[in-house]
Amino acid sequence: MKSIVPILTVVAAIVAIWYAGAFWMNSKWALEQAERNGVELSIGEVFKDAMTQERAILPAPHQVVAELWKTTVEQKITSKRSLVFHGWVTLHATLWGFALGAAVGLGLAISIVYLRVMDMSVMPWAIISQTIPIVAIAPMIIVVMTLIGVQERLVPKAIISAYLCFFPILVGMVKGLRSPDMMQLDLMKTYSASSLQSFWKLRLPSSMPYLFTSMKIGIAAALVGTIVGELPTGALRGLGARILVGDQFGPPIRIWSALMAASILAGALVATVGLIQRITLKRMGMAR
Amino acid sequence: MSTGTHVIEARGLDLTFQTNDGPVHALKDVNLDIDRGEFVSFIGPSGCGKTTFLRVIAALEEPTAGKITVNGMSPDEARRARAYGYVFQAAGLYPWRTIGGNVKLPLEIMGFSRAEQAERVRKVLELVDLAGFEKKYPWQLSGGMQQRASIARALAFDADLLLMDEPFGALDEIVRDHLNEQLLKLWARTEKTIAFVTHSIPEAVYLSTKIVVMSPRPGRITDIIDSPLPTERPLDIRDTPEFLEVAHRVREGLRAGHSYDD
Repeated sequence: MKSIVPILTVVAAIVAIWYAGAFWMNSKWALEQAERNGVELSIGEVFKDAMTQERAILPAPHQVVAELWKTTVEQKITSKRSLVFHGWVTLHATLWGFALGAAVGLGLAISIVYLRVMDMSVMPWAIISQTIPIVAIAPMIIVVMTLIGVQERLVPKAIISAYLCFFPILVGMVKGLRSPDMMQLDLMKTYSASSLQSFWKLRLPSSMPYLFTSMKIGIAAALVGTIVGELPTGALRGLGARILVGDQFGPPIRIWSALMAASILAGALVATVGLIQRITLKRMGMAR
Repeated sequence: MSTGTHVIEARGLDLTFQTNDGPVHALKDVNLDIDRGEFVSFIGPSGCGKTTFLRVIAALEEPTAGKITVNGMSPDEARRARAYGYVFQAAGLYPWRTIGGNVKLPLEIMGFSRAEQAERVRKVLELVDLAGFEKKYPWQLSGGMQQRASIARALAFDADLLLMDEPFGALDEIVRDHLNEQLLKLWARTEKTIAFVTHSIPEAVYLSTKIVVMSPRPGRITDIIDSPLPTERPLDIRDTPEFLEVAHRVREGLRAGHSYDD
């Protein structure tokens, strides 16, 4: 219970700053409007207007919540206007991308730990891959996929998502698989253990805390990757498409509710990994 | 046992590490025989090569010159034949395994049957006085108990040779006394050959049938003392004149090696 107080304090502070920002940014338009119509507005009226504008530059928190409610609970989930529908499209691609990225990251990490050649050759490229802006690569991946005849938008999206999320898992697992100290490796040697045995009985279990930490970063990155993959024109479904449409044609509140939905989704994904981590480490006896 | 075959036989053993600061002579012209059933302590200041010698026996280091056999084989062959159990300075138990699971680790790797594993775990945990702790995790045990568990782990596959590298170095005096006493009992019951590295004079004299005094730069043997103490050793044997005499000789040996110079 004690931990809830600081959390609520921070949330309250953010909401307060948000309201202040909304008032500051939206009041300008309200005042201009009033001037044009030749009316004087009291500060109370300006405030009221700033909080209720339909096309507010920065919608107030309660407006975003209302929009979220309208586009989730009050819509059929099969509707194109439902954020649950778009969220599911994004989640689907995110999970595929995460699975792909985790497999690639894990595979590369194992090969790097065991093969010196891989250590020397792969790591620099992995680092370089992350220095290229994903927005530059995403359209190329989509175009190439279309050229080779992949119609399903899911595939390029999952690849873009995997491109972002393999890296933290690769780095984390290289560190994790190398975490056993010399003494523990020597112990394995005194048993004449094979490398396969050392891997399963020492390296892999030792790396578990690293695995989960990097998976938390990885799954959040996977979601970002998927959303970026939904931004280039052509995508009509997914939170990314929703953000883009809101950006170009719709009222800003649509972007804000889509952003909010995306962050809720990210939070839920990270929390899920955290839960699996807690259960796994507890079952392994590593949690106290 | 026949005296013709020594468990360990070292002749003119040299080991030089190449470091950035030039070569370090960890071992120089080491000659030593260890017989079956002996309890041999290696004592000396840091850098005298006592741990290195133990690691050479275990085939964790390779000598640069000279010859050494373990059970008549090269150390590497002996390692692959699982001729020894090694106890490190830290218990190094896997935090994700219970005490029983930790002791079982070498048995799993060596391919013992499940029934045999369970039986052996039970037996060695009893041997180190940890019966009933099988399901506990390492962090639930004290440092001394953890070290006992690591000894049980080294005993589990019943190698005749036990190599111990300052196993009680990190423990306090009281726990250490207790564990020394237990180790002697265990040695008497199992009739194993034990090579034991320490830098405590009382510990070396109390435990050993043979004390090897070593000195650094280069690491070499300065004295080998066959202990005149009886096999039966209660803790208060440490106050007897015989004990003090052996301890004195060890101290002399250490001094002769100039180990107190710096």
